[in-house]
Amino acid sequence: MATLEIRDLHVSVEAENGPREILKGVDLTVKQGETHAIMGPNGSGKSTLAYSLAGHPKYTVTGGSVLLDGEDVLEMSVDERAKAGVFLAMQYPVEVPGVSVSNFLRTAATAVRGEAPKLRLWVKEVKEAMAALQMDPAFAERNVNEGFSGGEKKRHEILQLELLKPKIAILDETDSGLDVDALRIVSEGINRVRSTGEVGTLLVTHYTRILRYIKPDYVHVFAGGRIVESGGAELADKLENEGYEAYVKGGASE
Amino acid sequence: MAEQNTTGSTTAGSIEVGTAGAGAQLAGPGTGRTAVQQPIDARVAVKPSFDVNDFPVPHGREEDWRFTPLHRLGGLHDGTAAAAERGEDKVEFALPDGVTAETVGRDDARLGKAGTPVDRVAAQAFSAFEQALVVTVPKDAVLTEPVKIDVRAEGGVRFAHVVIDVKPFAEAVVVLNHVGTGTRAANVELLVGDGAKLTFVSVQDWERDAVHVAQHNALVGRDASFKSVVVTFGGDLVRLHPRVNYAGPGGEAELFGLYFADAGQHLEHRLIIDHDTPHCRSNVAYKGALQGQDAHAVWVGDVLIRAAALGTDTYELNRNLVLTDGARVDSIPNLEIETGEIVGAGHASATGRFDDEQLFYLMARGIPADEARRLVVRGFFAELLQQIGVAEVQEQLMEKIDAELEAAV
Repeated sequence: MATLEIRDLHVSVEAENGPREILKGVDLTVKQGETHAIMGPNGSGKSTLAYSLAGHPKYTVTGGSVLLDGEDVLEMSVDERAKAGVFLAMQYPVEVPGVSVSNFLRTAATAVRGEAPKLRLWVKEVKEAMAALQMDPAFAERNVNEGFSGGEKKRHEILQLELLKPKIAILDETDSGLDVDALRIVSEGINRVRSTGEVGTLLVTHYTRILRYIKPDYVHVFAGGRIVESGGAELADKLENEGYEAYVKGGASE
Repeated sequence: MAEQNTTGSTTAGSIEVGTAGAGAQLAGPGTGRTAVQQPIDARVAVKPSFDVNDFPVPHGREEDWRFTPLHRLGGLHDGTAAAAERGEDKVEFALPDGVTAETVGRDDARLGKAGTPVDRVAAQAFSAFEQALVVTVPKDAVLTEPVKIDVRAEGGVRFAHVVIDVKPFAEAVVVLNHVGTGTRAANVELLVGDGAKLTFVSVQDWERDAVHVAQHNALVGRDASFKSVVVTFGGDLVRLHPRVNYAGPGGEAELFGLYFADAGQHLEHRLIIDHDTPHCRSNVAYKGALQGQDAHAVWVGDVLIRAAALGTDTYELNRNLVLTDGARVDSIPNLEIETGEIVGAGHASATGRFDDEQLFYLMARGIPADEARRLVVRGFFAELLQQIGVAEVQEQLMEKIDAELEAAV
């Protein structure tokens, strides 16, 4: 069973007056089949955690370790992490002009699976996945994220999640900027992937809203660059009622 | 103004039918000119001439020479190349049935009909060439295979003159392919007879140290269609000057270009479309990618709509994709309009870069860095390639692009 183990992770970014530490010792274990919600106020470092796990060059790991089934993720390049089974659904997916969605998806699937998917099966697979996300087939001929609405971008991210079948899915604020219908469609997509039992999900979110659709096994409160409290789904209810105020104060006093 | 396009910069402009002020020269942001700048024909300092002695030696500050590193021209501009030892070209042809290729002397009456040299190097080429090549596609001939002219330059200096004469109602694709190295200056005349269709492809696949300067003069007949496809990959300095004139109404010209500048290369394309005849159309799309230190691309697109050119429809576009730091693009679209009675006129120029965020996004989906770059560049050029309309040429060019990326990434 695939397991992602994050141990005492410290991460810095380059700021105007030298490196600034954002993650200050994160410990977390995510197993295949589990769903962990990472919740925290703006600026708590939860997106930094997501991007650091995917290997974004902006972030420098200064300490700790990340292992996927015992393999050192931090030693891997960005594409190697994806091939190893780490997937990051981005909050702000990037436009790639001139590259069609269908070409992009096939190139990505070929890279991640290690061989080109059989064309006929692939076309069927993409068509079904798009239909499930209520995406127009014409979407496949558009350029990646170019001119996409907020909802289209997030559906496109979840489409990739469904097609690339990672071991660990990190969903960075996938719920932000979505209306209720889009949130439901996107959540159903995530739940389809979760129901296979083959993915460990790290759901990074600011709001509790998405948790009405996706039931987490664990909820972690992120503040001041580390996990300050962990619990079950009931912790989300507490956050819903009380907000992050208590944690932010705690974070400020460090 | 828009002289050096920094990455991410965009200029665009358009003018609608009969818009107030359409008779005036466009000026201001996005037009690539300031109000005080001279009109296009006045900017060309010297009158066109076949005689090199009618042009002063350029010093580099002239409007039409200011981007060109003169010291890398191999003396084409100052007479030293003309005095140097001549080199050889090995030329091979593929001529479909009915098409003729002749080598003729300087006094052949068919030379010089499509246009006149507009700068000193073109005039030098005309003044110094020894024999010209005349390729004729007879009247009404509809070719199913392309005419191929493969030129392998074998060093030294050489001046060339080529005439492609497509007689009325004929249809032809002509591919002029350049490989090898040397210092070359040429004039290419493209005569497109009434009702004829010519697709002319000029590929500059030179070795890294070649110098190539050429003027392409197209004279588009009544109701004729001319398509120019200019593809520049190789050479140390390549400066091409495609020009279009119309011999009668109803003519159509499409000018497509694709270039890929690597470290240190200077690739310059200067176009002029002179609309002096009513009801003609023109469409320009040039796309370039750059990578490496001091890769330099220059694109100047001049479109002139003279008072007589009623019903003109024209659009020009230049896009550049900067793949690495250290590259430079100068992109200048110019549109000069002397009549408001036109269908449309517009231009756009944009220079963008393949950035780290795009790279990260693609890599985060398992795509390795070199493949990601290839994907983006292929996508960038694909749309343009599809417009060439000659499958064989399209495939070859895509392979060349892949090879360019393979070599440099």
